[in-house]
Amino acid sequence: MRHLLSTQDLSREDAVRILDTAEEMAAVGEREVKKLPALRGRTVVNLFFEDSTRTRISFEAAAKRLSADVINFSAKGSSVSKGESLKDTAQTLEAMSADAVVIRHWASGAPERLARSGWIDAAVINAGDGTHEHPTQALLDAFTMRRHWSRLAGSDSTAADLAGMRVAIAGDVLHSRVARSNVWLLKTLGAHVTLVAPPTLLPVGVEHWPCEVSYDLDAVLASGVDAIMMLRVQAERMNDSFFPSTREYSRRWGFDDGRLAALDALGLKDTIILHPGPMNRGLEISSAAADSPRSTVLAQVRNGVSVRMATLYLLLSGDLRRTAPTHGVRAVKIPVEIPETAL
Amino acid sequence: MSSEATAAGSARTVLTAADIDRALTRIAHEILEANKGSQDLVLLGIPRRGYPLAQRLAGKLAATDPSVTAHAIVGQLDVTMFRDDLARQPTRAPERTQLPVTGIDDKVVVLVDDVLYSGRTIRAALDALVDLGRPRAVRLAVLVDRGHRELPIRADHVGKNLPTSSFEKVRVRLSETDGADEVLIEAAQ
Amino acid sequence: MTIEFQTTGTRAAGGSYLIRGAAVLGAERTDLLLQGGRIAAVGTGLDSAGATVVDADGLLALPGMVDLHTHLREPGREDAETVETGTRAAALGGFTAVHAMANSSPVADTAGVVEQVFSLGREAGWVDVRPVGAVTVGLAGERLAELGAMADSRARVRMFSDDGICVSDPVLMRRALEYIKAFDGVIAQHAQEPRLTEGAQMNEGKVSAVLGLAGWPAVAEESIIARDVLLAQHVGSRLHVCHVSTAGSVDILRWAKARGVNVTAEVTPHHLWLTEDLVRSYDPVYKVNPPLRSDEDVRALREALADGTIDVVATDHAPHPSEAKDCEWAQAAMGMTGLETALSVVQHTMIETGMIGWADFARVTSHAPARIGQLPDQGRPLQAGQPANLVLVDPAARWTVQPETMASKGRNSPFRGRELPGAVVATFFRGHPTVLDGELHSPYRDPGVAPARFGSVGTAGAAGTAGAAGGQYGGQ
Repeated sequence: MRHLLSTQDLSREDAVRILDTAEEMAAVGEREVKKLPALRGRTVVNLFFEDSTRTRISFEAAAKRLSADVINFSAKGSSVSKGESLKDTAQTLEAMSADAVVIRHWASGAPERLARSGWIDAAVINAGDGTHEHPTQALLDAFTMRRHWSRLAGSDSTAADLAGMRVAIAGDVLHSRVARSNVWLLKTLGAHVTLVAPPTLLPVGVEHWPCEVSYDLDAVLASGVDAIMMLRVQAERMNDSFFPSTREYSRRWGFDDGRLAALDALGLKDTIILHPGPMNRGLEISSAAADSPRSTVLAQVRNGVSVRMATLYLLLSGDLRRTAPTHGVRAVKIPVEIPETAL
Repeated sequence: MSSEATAAGSARTVLTAADIDRALTRIAHEILEANKGSQDLVLLGIPRRGYPLAQRLAGKLAATDPSVTAHAIVGQLDVTMFRDDLARQPTRAPERTQLPVTGIDDKVVVLVDDVLYSGRTIRAALDALVDLGRPRAVRLAVLVDRGHRELPIRADHVGKNLPTSSFEKVRVRLSETDGADEVLIEAAQ
Repeated sequence: MTIEFQTTGTRAAGGSYLIRGAAVLGAERTDLLLQGGRIAAVGTGLDSAGATVVDADGLLALPGMVDLHTHLREPGREDAETVETGTRAAALGGFTAVHAMANSSPVADTAGVVEQVFSLGREAGWVDVRPVGAVTVGLAGERLAELGAMADSRARVRMFSDDGICVSDPVLMRRALEYIKAFDGVIAQHAQEPRLTEGAQMNEGKVSAVLGLAGWPAVAEESIIARDVLLAQHVGSRLHVCHVSTAGSVDILRWAKARGVNVTAEVTPHHLWLTEDLVRSYDPVYKVNPPLRSDEDVRALREALADGTIDVVATDHAPHPSEAKDCEWAQAAMGMTGLETALSVVQHTMIETGMIGWADFARVTSHAPARIGQLPDQGRPLQAGQPANLVLVDPAARWTVQPETMASKGRNSPFRGRELPGAVVATFFRGHPTVLDGELHSPYRDPGVAPARFGSVGTAGAAGTAGAAGGQYGGQ
């Protein structure tokens, strides 16, 4: 593994390895000294073309706990970024000897371009690209689900997958990178996934995905789910006629108090509720649901740091020359020149 | 399993299962003697083979001293992320670090490993330990000391001193991890 | 049609070529004597006296290819392509005529601009450059450009298109179709329903769903074609559909032709081969309008070209400077180069699959496009007395596409690194070798007419028939 660009090309072995490593990283977060020397001397650049304070600080905390140097590079706003191309930015980072670039971009596929174009040598980690993927989010969701699933089974989560777990993902699937990354990863880990959304918010072609699709949240809940993930819905979608009103949306597809009560009535006492945040309380999720003991929202945030530590560690700790044989440049990097006057 | 040894050509057994057991029994007694009893002892095995060795030592301590509960004094200390050669090797996944519930503060920690060689693993272990707490003392027990130290580190308890050439490879096999107990020396390939 | 046989003594000495042993349309081997811009004789054992002999052993002779859809970018985007570089690429690709699309800057929506492009083409001398006029002023889709003035200009525009943008207003489309009947024109429609394709990035389907790229549904193309064939039938006019890309479009065209609608259609070489799966790389070299579609679409397009539902292959050659492609997919420009690979790609996709033969190749790359574009001197059979626009092809050649070595300024070839069959060995434009031995030779220079005198070439209103226009292009 040289980059983390999507969960679609992540093998079960790699996925479990990341989750297992994240378990060890999680232990570090519980210690007095929450720091490891593993990435001393490595430079991680957070390259954000789109605002996302939550994701950025999660990656920043992860890198710092591994003793890497972190540079935050914000190029938010498409009009601003149009001035300097992705290529120029990448080459700037290359000149600064970045070992990893954590990229968040409004354009689907931008991380793939960065990784494959030859503009830069660094490992590329996709921190969310357009409506394509958000692999570390899916990994932290899977991590959260795996802990829950293993606890129910009374077994150690290490080396485990999600075989047999029933997961529903509800909301704006069409525009959701979180949904895409989760569908592939959960499938790889053996979970059974059902997408629930208004038909307007499902992509054409969804019938080829390794999951089931439903328009009826209540029916899906009634059929039994072990985890339900609510996706964020942007109110402005209403203006594009994806649904008639936010009220109608939340009535049909939101996780409201009635559905929270329904879980109890259905005897689904162990069903957890996930949300990638930030939440629109009262739209896709009610406050009672978000704050209920079933909600894993805060655990997800916490687990995000562990999973990102694991990702950074696995991509960056080894011999970069060996893992990237085509990038011989790194091996012959010229040491910093000292001006003669300084001698 | 044994085909591995044969494949290597000139592998020879230097410790048998019985030798290993005797060595561990002796080390257990040395630990008790050096510590003047079992008080405050914590045995931390370094993955992978240090951990089963630590468990076996704890078992022997418990057999000698009924006040010792073996599993309560054993833990595992992963040093992967503290290694000084991390960036020179292919990426390795970290192993679990698990301390006894008592923690290590003010304890006498005995680090347990299978082979002592350059001393770099033990240096990493000492660093890892510092981040976990402050033991009263740290000691080192190894099954085999093969020499060639690169750091000023020595073991307090040694199962067997094995003078080796640096071209040779010392292979420790334990029933818990490898299906059988033995120590082999393999010639350089 | 009567073709006037003209000879100009000025070129007789240096302009005589004897092509020896070429297989015309892949059939029997024969000699062709080119003289005075025409094919003077066809037969075996022709006398080579005074002529330069071109050994065509193992080569095919085909009528010079005619492209109905070329973006030459001049005026306005000379960084992307110029008439000079684009027509060099055309000659190397085996073309003797190209239709320059109207989306230049300024837009080719007046007689002035189309005459400028026409003159640039003549000065370059590599191929016939036929400007396409815009349908609406500034391609804005609001009011008709002066179609008649462009038709009457020296450029003699017959094809009109807002290509790049769809004439989506049904009333405007109807009026345009009606109006061009006055001078036997044709509207070449870029069929793309704009509301259905807002922000669209690639074909809508299973790949777009995975890649998270905004979908470009087939229905956005098909609904416009369906509307336009009905409009063309209703007003009794001539419609040409640019770059058909879906199986559904093919069905509609087949239906319309069966009903007798006067509609023709083109397909690009890239849509005959490449599919949306290439977009998985997010490499914008595969970003094109209309987008690459599915396997089923490619199959339907090939069948339609073979059975005549689709009349012609047109390149939609769309060069871009490298920075327009060296970026994120969403930021990248749409378009691919195609002039220098068209022949090979059609050979690979249509001939080597056994779907068509070389005579069909001549139909879809030369005869039919010349007829649609109303170029009387192009797309003629390779017979004595016909204009000597022809190309010699080595069908056994294999070559690897290297965009950096191409004559086009554009490096955005989606075929980079692919091995293709068939190579253009020579191109004769008006009897003059623009390409010899696979390399540019020299442009055609009309000895009788200096550029300054173009104005006198007579845009006389009498030039209302194709036959009269023939004399104009013949060889003055």
